[in-house]
Amino acid sequence: MGKLKLYLIIAAVFVLTLVGFTSLRSARPIVELKAETVLSLGINITNTMITAAIVIIILIVFSYFATRKMSLIPSGIQNFFEMIIEALYNLVVGTAGEKHARRFFPVIATIFLYVVAANWFGLLPGVATIGKVEPLVGEEGVVQEKGTVFSNVAGVKMIMPGFPSWPPHEPMSITLDVPADATPQQKEAAAAEATSNLKTNESAGLLAPFLRSVNTDLNATLSLAIWSAIFVEFWGISSQGFFRYGSKFLNVKRLLKGDIFNGFIDFVVGILEFVAEAARLLSFTFRLFGNIFAGEMLFLVILFLLPIIALDLVYGLELFFGLIQAFIFAMLTLVFGVVAVTSHEEEGVDHGSESTVPA
Amino acid sequence: MIHLLPVLAISDGGLRFIAAALAIGFGAIGPALAIGMLTGKAMEALGRNPEAQPVITTNMILGIAFAEAIAIYALIVAVMIGLVFSAT
Repeated sequence: MGKLKLYLIIAAVFVLTLVGFTSLRSARPIVELKAETVLSLGINITNTMITAAIVIIILIVFSYFATRKMSLIPSGIQNFFEMIIEALYNLVVGTAGEKHARRFFPVIATIFLYVVAANWFGLLPGVATIGKVEPLVGEEGVVQEKGTVFSNVAGVKMIMPGFPSWPPHEPMSITLDVPADATPQQKEAAAAEATSNLKTNESAGLLAPFLRSVNTDLNATLSLAIWSAIFVEFWGISSQGFFRYGSKFLNVKRLLKGDIFNGFIDFVVGILEFVAEAARLLSFTFRLFGNIFAGEMLFLVILFLLPIIALDLVYGLELFFGLIQAFIFAMLTLVFGVVAVTSHEEEGVDHGSESTVPA
Repeated sequence: MIHLLPVLAISDGGLRFIAAALAIGFGAIGPALAIGMLTGKAMEALGRNPEAQPVITTNMILGIAFAEAIAIYALIVAVMIGLVFSAT
């Protein structure tokens, strides 16, 4: 790389950092752990549900176009799809062996493709940034505790950066300092006082996005983890029989033979296996949720601190982490499925050494 | 309010921030060490047997996932303490 190009790049980074820091900073991040409800038809339809539906439709459409005119020598979309499927299949065969790979493969591949598509969809522009603004003092006296100041630009409420002013400031955000047991009148009074010095075309509110990355919702990851656990147990039972697989958890063989001490140990180890299964469910849930939610929070914070340059780095990080977390979810399901399917030796092997206690 | 000294007092809100910071601060030490050791051992194994690279890498990523999950638990607790629980 020539010297001139290097200097140009350094100058561009410097200029972009300056521009980003002064004019494009967003408001103080407001982190919402629960997914916001968009519709309410008996059950609450959250924005993550809508995003999940969109992701599923995208996957279905993609696979439809990939398998429409299947030819023996693939080309185009079919080629791309076959590449993915082949890589996944080799992965599954490598861990599970030929005998079980066919059975495991659809579930593992589905988990991987769905989680990857969901994570990467959440990185598109517009997700989590375009939505409905709930005013600070809404109808029925519902007052939000935190909000940002929106400017009314041609009828659309936008968070305008503090560009024209010097020294540069970030868009205003509003936090009401009311104790938790304040009456609605007190909250409204505090809201009115906080918004008293806004210009005419500004209003305060809280953004409820239309679309939100699917795995930032704890319910979504919990449901995936439950399905993963159901499939692992199903594979274990269907390949080993109910009683043989159940004897991993309720091991009374040696107890019934009269060997009290070892039998008791086996029984307690069985209970521990049960606890390990439950811990695994929780760990799957929180691993995926934590990674993706932390990524979303990182985006919000970096948008507030240093847009453009640091945001590019975070974007790359999130792309990578979305892929890795999908891979990890699928591989862990596969590994535990293999463990569930592998028959245990009964005689003379310590049961305790066989159990994989996960983090 | 906790009065440590006559001039030094921590309010309840301040305690909340300290709790959130400690949760993630201490919670990330263990997983960081674990991931570092894991990757180091993986590098050693890779140096001994470069041909087994796909196997080593796959298993290393699996191990890192387990270790990182603990850090994620700590992060969730910190987020809940600092941002989700409303001040009393």
